[in-house]
Amino acid sequence: MSTAEIEKQWTTRLRKRAHGHLPPEKLLPDTQPAYVSSWIYVFGVTTIAALVMVILSGIILALRGPQWWHSSSVGHFVNSTHLWSVEIFFFAMIVHLWGKFFMAAWRGGRSLTWVTGVVTFLTSVGTAFTGYVSQTNFDSQWISTQAKDGINATGVGSIFNVLNLGQMLMWHIVLLPLAAVILTAVHVLLVRVKGVVPPFEETNGASK
Amino acid sequence: MKTKPFRPDVDAPEYKGAYAPYDIIKEGTIAIVVVGLLVVLLATLFGSPDERAITIKAWSNADPIDFATTALGELNGTTITAQYGAPYNTAAPGQNLGPLRLAQFAGVTIPVNTVRDFVINPLSSLPYDRSLSAALTAWKGASASQQGTWVSNYTKGATKMTWSNGIISDPASNTGPVPTMINKLTAMARSGALDQALVTGNGFYTTNYTKPLLFVADGTYLANLAQKQHLLGSQWGMMNETGSYPGQAWLWLYTFWYQVSPFSSSSNADLQVSAVMGLLSLLLLLLPFIPGLRSIPRKLKVYRLIWREYYNG
Amino acid sequence: MAFLWSLAALIPLDNYGHYIHWGVIDISVANFIVVVLMVLAFLAALFLPFPGRNRRKESR
Ligand code: HEM
Repeated sequence: MSTAEIEKQWTTRLRKRAHGHLPPEKLLPDTQPAYVSSWIYVFGVTTIAALVMVILSGIILALRGPQWWHSSSVGHFVNSTHLWSVEIFFFAMIVHLWGKFFMAAWRGGRSLTWVTGVVTFLTSVGTAFTGYVSQTNFDSQWISTQAKDGINATGVGSIFNVLNLGQMLMWHIVLLPLAAVILTAVHVLLVRVKGVVPPFEETNGASK
Repeated sequence: MKTKPFRPDVDAPEYKGAYAPYDIIKEGTIAIVVVGLLVVLLATLFGSPDERAITIKAWSNADPIDFATTALGELNGTTITAQYGAPYNTAAPGQNLGPLRLAQFAGVTIPVNTVRDFVINPLSSLPYDRSLSAALTAWKGASASQQGTWVSNYTKGATKMTWSNGIISDPASNTGPVPTMINKLTAMARSGALDQALVTGNGFYTTNYTKPLLFVADGTYLANLAQKQHLLGSQWGMMNETGSYPGQAWLWLYTFWYQVSPFSSSSNADLQVSAVMGLLSLLLLLLPFIPGLRSIPRKLKVYRLIWREYYNG
Repeated sequence: MAFLWSLAALIPLDNYGHYIHWGVIDISVANFIVVVLMVLAFLAALFLPFPGRNRRKESR
């Protein structure tokens, strides 16, 4: 095979493109622009950390099945860690969102970063909701019978039956977490590709 | 080549300044350790809520009259489920947004016939009993109008319904097999057999609780418990959790609309609120592309605090 | 791991919650605390100095 032929291979072209957009020093940079100096920047990482905790505690709950936590004190404790990781996850994500808004962090070709962030937020709301209706307790009975009306009114209820425990559990532990993790990965990779957004330029006191 | 004018809310200036060491892997590790410790601390301190699920057995033992009245409503077609419309049945056109009747367009995909699924089928699954068997035969052999007469006669007496010695009594006459059916269904519910019958209608295995949940939600028992826990829609309940745990606080805007006019008094509130939230979510999603909105952060100047070291040189 | 077997919450929040009513607003104290903490965290992130800058400035 000639080098020209190798150059034309899909594999070669994909590798070159990936490398062009995201060389290792961009993927895992060891420096940041000097303006990256505020506590507000830690809320993105904190959101990732909370997501990791949500998933780890969820995996432990999955090991013994959906009813385990009602009868085991270990199970109940694991459920508690799952709940509190979720609360911290949303907490951090929302403060992160506020921060990115006030920095107008979509500037300079970063609009897709913002868009994937919002889609991740909405997906997370759905993931939490399906979790609440999969609890197999009073809370899930009430939430599902209430929420059905909102979802049915939009027509979505014809395929997304919140009263069907099996269906909700599948969405909660497979489909939506998968979507949330993939979206988060894309979101963070986009940040690495584009670099952290620079401050507004100000000329004689007023931003340009 | 003509250069486009610089748009401060869309374009970013090119940064030519200094770079400083920043260890993102160390930062991530610290974040995981700190969040992990915080999670364990909160879980140890506060735990998590787990109110036991209610059962039809518990409901019918706690309040047999409410159960019997609901069962009668299922037979009479007056419960929420019986009058729901899509996706359960065609009893109502469902909510609309102008000409858009989305639920109706989507159709009846989860058919529920309250007479058949909540009363007749469960009763038919009981072991042989002479009076029940006679009642079911009478019911099945009667015309729809005869059934309607029996049920509406029984319903007229339902406000004077009493419960004693394990019997539901209703003073109305010419009620055909209805008293037997209501009494047998109540006894079945109190034994726990109805909980089972409503799920095993699907066969041996099931993961689908649509029917028992709809039945339970048609009574007042579940809603009364929910009200005590401050979970009703009118109590901003969507955000709340049982006990005094934090709930889904992020649903504040969604639940807010239900509290205010015109939604609070609209029969199409669910669809209208969904539409408003869909629109607002779209605005948030497309914020970087919306002139005016995307200039807010530049005008508010909160960014000067975030990047104060940069601006202070 | 044995300690986990006796691990019940130290301050379980299973009693009925308290609610703050303010006009149309009706929020549980627990949710209110979460929201207040979020705002405080945001303000703290804006105002507290981020460590390490001075050292870095000197080195450059
Ligand atoms: C699962 C949820 C999310 C995770 C794990 C996450 C994670 C991150 C991380 C690690 C960064 C880089 C570090 C930083 O600036 O904080 C980042 C940047 C960013 N995030 Fe998120 N994020 C999430 C949700 C969101 C949401 C809801 C939005 C906004 C609606 C958003 C908008 C942005 C933007 C615009 C940037 C670019 C920042 C810049 O260039 O300075 N993210 N995100």
